[in-house]
Amino acid sequence: MTLLAPRPVHPGRAQGHLPRLLAGLADGSRAGLHLHEATFGPLPLPAEPASAAARRAASRLIDVVERSGLTGRGGAGFPTGRKLRSVAAGHGPAVVVANGCEGEPASRKDRLLLSRAPHLVLDGVALAAFAVGASQAYVAVHAGEERLAAGLEAAVQAREVAGIDPVPVRIVRVEPRYVASEQTAIVQRINDGPGLPTFTPPRTHERGVGGRPTAVNNVETLAHLALIARYGNSWFRQAGVPSAPGTALVTVSGSVARPGVYEIELGTPAGEVLMIAGGPTERPQAILVGGYFGTWLPAEAAWPAPLSHPGLRSVGAAMGAGIIVALPESSCGLAETARVVRYLADESAGQCGPCAFGLPALADALADLAYHGGRGDAAERISRLIRLIEGRGACRHPDGATQLAGSALAAFGDDARWHGRRGPCHGVQRPPVLPVPGDVEYW
Amino acid sequence: MSSFSHGPFLWYATRAAGLVTLVLLTASMALGILNAGRFRTRRWPRFLVQGLHRNLSLLALAFLALHIGTTVIDTYVSIGLPDALIPFLSPYKRFWLGLGALASDLMIVLAVTSVTRLHLGHRAWRLIHWAGYLCWPVAVMHGLGTGTDHGRAWMVGLTLGCVAAVAGAAAYRAARLLPARRLAR
Amino acid sequence: MSQRLRVNPIMCAGHGMCAELLPELITLDPWGYPIIARGPVPDELTPMASRAAAACPTLALLIVEEEGR
Repeated sequence: MTLLAPRPVHPGRAQGHLPRLLAGLADGSRAGLHLHEATFGPLPLPAEPASAAARRAASRLIDVVERSGLTGRGGAGFPTGRKLRSVAAGHGPAVVVANGCEGEPASRKDRLLLSRAPHLVLDGVALAAFAVGASQAYVAVHAGEERLAAGLEAAVQAREVAGIDPVPVRIVRVEPRYVASEQTAIVQRINDGPGLPTFTPPRTHERGVGGRPTAVNNVETLAHLALIARYGNSWFRQAGVPSAPGTALVTVSGSVARPGVYEIELGTPAGEVLMIAGGPTERPQAILVGGYFGTWLPAEAAWPAPLSHPGLRSVGAAMGAGIIVALPESSCGLAETARVVRYLADESAGQCGPCAFGLPALADALADLAYHGGRGDAAERISRLIRLIEGRGACRHPDGATQLAGSALAAFGDDARWHGRRGPCHGVQRPPVLPVPGDVEYW
Repeated sequence: MSSFSHGPFLWYATRAAGLVTLVLLTASMALGILNAGRFRTRRWPRFLVQGLHRNLSLLALAFLALHIGTTVIDTYVSIGLPDALIPFLSPYKRFWLGLGALASDLMIVLAVTSVTRLHLGHRAWRLIHWAGYLCWPVAVMHGLGTGTDHGRAWMVGLTLGCVAAVAGAAAYRAARLLPARRLAR
Repeated sequence: MSQRLRVNPIMCAGHGMCAELLPELITLDPWGYPIIARGPVPDELTPMASRAAAACPTLALLIVEEEGR
């Protein structure tokens, strides 16, 4: 399988190595098959996917992905090459699942990619299926996103007519719950079970859909795969930093002039990303990094923090699914956190006691602190609950909530003490910054 | 041997063993229902209720074996082993004896599946264990219909006592249906 | 070969029988769900650990065999 020479950057865009995923999306409509192939070239799959030469090419593709350093863009940041390798090594024909269920309310990147550049994602699906020897492929989206699903179906149809995908792709609709977009929940849903997380072992890469080795990848990860297969691992590494190569889509919101989805090179400092999004409209007090499973960082610490998994880990935060929310000084971080944790508590699958009972208790304690001053011991109660809940669920849902709550206590420690002495601050009355479904739409 | 197998000894033995089986089965049933209702006091931790339920069930099985054994050996009425285990096979008191065979089969199935619970897995075990709610009333009815002591005051009293015990446990269980729990199951 | 205790939190219904039988390693949180002490099961407690796992009404308590250490 030959690798094509790097394509010229889309005319009209100049800066460095960007855009990559978002190249060819200038006019805001969906990139049809024609425009997609004009921008990126055809799907680089061998003509006879089942031949011995093709199997060797599949293994080489996984090598390339490993060398590229591509990591999952769905939040966990697991090395994609390693995941493909372990699925390919599993017993029997594999399954590929593209996770397009963007459960995080503050994230928009996956929906953008699926609605505007579906062929990039579908190329990634086809390539992943080729790499692991899959005979089935699925793209999972939330039920209720009918225009998105319809657009995807149309894209799949167009590819069927053109005879592009050796493995047929099925669109799966998953209930629009926060936990339903979790990896094991999607697999269980495809297996005709409820869209709820399951206990592991067995892990999905060993036994997933139909008991077969299943590769579940975020749609953005697969889009990157589609480009790596064309242009190679060295090309991929030209952007980003050595410890976090490539580009990523981030959703920037909060008090910035131009909230939206942006493609950035990994390792870009958070402050620079806020400036790309038009800059803060009000002086920020803190930045939420990583989404509702993420961490609050005080503005001074956040501004220079490099946006990448290792970069954010070094400042005690987490990249998550590339969500950046700027919290203005006039808002109350504790109130925002209390609302989000209440949402996360309501979204619990309710399967595990520590989560089903612990998260509501955590939400109560946070609300007490934010809106009632906390009766002096709210911060301790919150800390105790965090220690009690952490790690005791079947999935990482409760851990995300405890991480958010813990980082709020750290980032807004002074506010917590202020609330304790003087009651809720004026910020609690401000309109909410972090979107919670059911609240007013912010987009 | 012949007077043994013809005389009244075996007849008394089978009636006695049957009654003891019924009492043990009742106690086991009541404890099982209490355990399902999460009954617990300082003197009665959960593992005690569960352990007693299990041991009384096994004891009930032992007395069931005695009850069946003495019946089969007794040549006064010809009830063979197949009649004791295959419901409604025997022409002698076909219906009431058949109930006994049914109850015996259920007791054996419950015991075997419980002993192999770890291999069976929780869901399959739970599904089969519901049969306990059928087994006990069938056993009670068998006792009332087959036995030659029905109508006697002490027999009626004993049966009522058994029913009261299970009804009481069931009432406790129903009250503890735990509506406040939010877990999705 | 050492043993570790693990709870399947989805199967666990908070009966608490495990904590009654193995209080040295298992305590209950405020909602009745087990908190397992970290680390391997001490040798003298392995029979009770097996008993606790067998006693669990939903078979949620698992004994994991591990290499070495």
